[in-house]
Amino acid sequence: MFPEIIPARSVRGAIDSFVDHLVENYASTLETLSQPILDVLVWLEQVLRSTPWWLIVIAVVAIAWLVSRKIVLSLCMGVLLCMLGVIGLWDAGMQTLSLMLMATFLSVLVGIPLGILMARVNWLRNVMLPVLDVMQTMPSFVYLIPVVMLFGLGKIPALIATVIYAVPPLIRLTDLGIRLVDREVLEASRAFGATSRQQLFGVQLPLALPNIMAGVNQTTMMALSMVVIASMIGARGLGYEVLLGINRLEVGRGLLAGLGIVILAVLFDRITQSYGHRVRRQGGQR
Amino acid sequence: MSKIEVKNIFKIFGSHPAKWIDAARNGISKDELLAKSGHTLGLRDISLSIEEGSIYVIMGLSGSGKSTLIRHFNRLIDPSAGQILVDGLDVMSLNNRDLESFRRKKMSMVFQRFGLFPHRSVLENAAYGLTVQGVGKAEREKRASEWLEQVGLAGFEKQYPHQLSGGMQQRVGLARALATDAEILLMDEAFSALDPLIRREMQDHLLALQAKLNKTIVFITHDLDEALRLGNRIAILKDGELVQEGTPEDILLNPANDYVQSFLQDVNRTKVLNASHAINPPRLTLTMRSRPAHVVDRLHAMNWEYAPVLDGKRLAGVLTMDAAQVAMRNGARDISGSVEDLATVPATAGLDEVLARLLHSDKPMAVTDDNDEFMGMLSRRKLVELVTPPPSESTESVFAPSAASVAAKAQATSDGAVVADVSPPADPLSTGDVAGAESPTAHRDADQLASTVDAGGPGSAKEGVVQRDKV
Repeated sequence: MFPEIIPARSVRGAIDSFVDHLVENYASTLETLSQPILDVLVWLEQVLRSTPWWLIVIAVVAIAWLVSRKIVLSLCMGVLLCMLGVIGLWDAGMQTLSLMLMATFLSVLVGIPLGILMARVNWLRNVMLPVLDVMQTMPSFVYLIPVVMLFGLGKIPALIATVIYAVPPLIRLTDLGIRLVDREVLEASRAFGATSRQQLFGVQLPLALPNIMAGVNQTTMMALSMVVIASMIGARGLGYEVLLGINRLEVGRGLLAGLGIVILAVLFDRITQSYGHRVRRQGGQR
Repeated sequence: MSKIEVKNIFKIFGSHPAKWIDAARNGISKDELLAKSGHTLGLRDISLSIEEGSIYVIMGLSGSGKSTLIRHFNRLIDPSAGQILVDGLDVMSLNNRDLESFRRKKMSMVFQRFGLFPHRSVLENAAYGLTVQGVGKAEREKRASEWLEQVGLAGFEKQYPHQLSGGMQQRVGLARALATDAEILLMDEAFSALDPLIRREMQDHLLALQAKLNKTIVFITHDLDEALRLGNRIAILKDGELVQEGTPEDILLNPANDYVQSFLQDVNRTKVLNASHAINPPRLTLTMRSRPAHVVDRLHAMNWEYAPVLDGKRLAGVLTMDAAQVAMRNGARDISGSVEDLATVPATAGLDEVLARLLHSDKPMAVTDDNDEFMGMLSRRKLVELVTPPPSESTESVFAPSAASVAAKAQATSDGAVVADVSPPADPLSTGDVAGAESPTAHRDADQLASTVDAGGPGSAKEGVVQRDKV
């Protein structure tokens, strides 16, 4: 037996009472703070669900074409999306899609600035790296409990859990992308008297863009893998279908919903990746 | 006043450079410092003064600190100790904002691996300095495309850097540096990544541009041929220390130590040295008014066959002993009627060209300066000595100082109006056989060179520029 130095029970107790304290005093504040995000998410879901399906298919094909400039790929994306409707999961798919879009948007909003800061400030990088490791390895249920206690069941805790799990690769790859920018190219911009803002937006970010896009791609993939867990705390959509299938031992329901998630994953993946490729080609970094 | 002045620069890389500055001042060796403290000595006590409008070459092998040094001029690297003055302004006193505007206006830089922005078109690359300055789009694109045309890249504006060859990419780098109209151009091994033919082409291009623009250029290279070709002055670095500083001739004729000497082994000397290095100071010059009898006496006294004749400062020709005796017998008042034509070479002619001419005649040859004024007679022995690298140091030190002083003496005498006489017999014809003995090697050199001679090797790049301009 390992000697007991600090009684584990009291440590647990301290953490519990700290969380209780947080919930008692800040739960309502946090809820009002998160209200705008919830509003946007609900609005996005409404828009996606009420738009006729063919309009959304056309929109996805158009976006795919704008991003990749490949006609075949864009049409395939449209067909794939139709498959979602064919297996009868259109509505659930749109719910999941809205959560995904919101989670990706928030991840980009948080991840890219953090990545930039990490690349520029060495001590922040030293602090952030272990934090990112924790975020990626800590079982998500562990932080789901306090988040649910703070925000209640529903979309917001699902969103937060998804972002926590999905944002690390974006932060890492933004940091890496900026650090990988050719030293001499950056030196050239300094030698011509560029301010640090001009260096960042004129040189570092554009050259890091392929890596950042790879990060966005990873983030969407990881966010999708969170939908089943998110559905446990009240996010509806494809994950909820999977959950129902498990609970009722309906293998068919579970399998089809799983297929729906895969379809969304392929859509996100192809579109973000082909954008990354095009940026790379334009950048001439062959 | 010098454009850039660097005073006692030290650079120590590591976590606590300030601690070890005194040790570096007291002459701790690079290895010892590294072993003791883990700090790397980048530069030790460098002081340089760079004249406005000159090309100043900093030379050294990799790791000698030359790239570190050039980055001190625009403070891409801060020195651990020392002072940097540009136009009398202490660069170290600038705050961030002033430093940025200093970099925008005063200096621009060309990089070894070009440092082009891969995501910007050639035109946007060339316009980058102006973009940073906040010049409007139309204006900066107009100016950038003018410079692209200057470097011979008209029509490539819409391309991206990766679509161009190395040489063309570096032209973009050059256009980008020139587009800001900065007075000082820093070139960090700018041509080192290019293949030899393109490199030479770029050197010519730079010299031609410099003749027009007259910027202050600091050029880094590890290639002595390049240094000698471009530099008005050259500084040689080794392990962060300044080994020698001087004109290309200084370095070639008076290498400071074995290190410099070892660089010089493979240098094509005939390209760098010119006729002015191979002259004998005029010990006896005649004027058109000299009396024949007097001339015969003098020639007899010195045991010479002939002597150059001046008309004012200009060279009139040569008077041989025979002609002088004939003139004396005919009772001529002066020697003006007996002067024969004398072959001349300009002082700026490269030794390769001089060699080629000497091989075709065994007549004496005179050297004249830019204004056609007489500088002295070409010495065949000196020529051979200059062209043949010294086998050992002792030979070098024997002949080198004399050759250097020759130039000074020649200068002095050609300034004084009419000159006459004195001192022991020197070579003119008598040393012709020395040249003959050496001629197999000399001949081979000359043949190799004759094919590549352009307007004659520059004695100093300045003269080279002038010549090219005329061409």
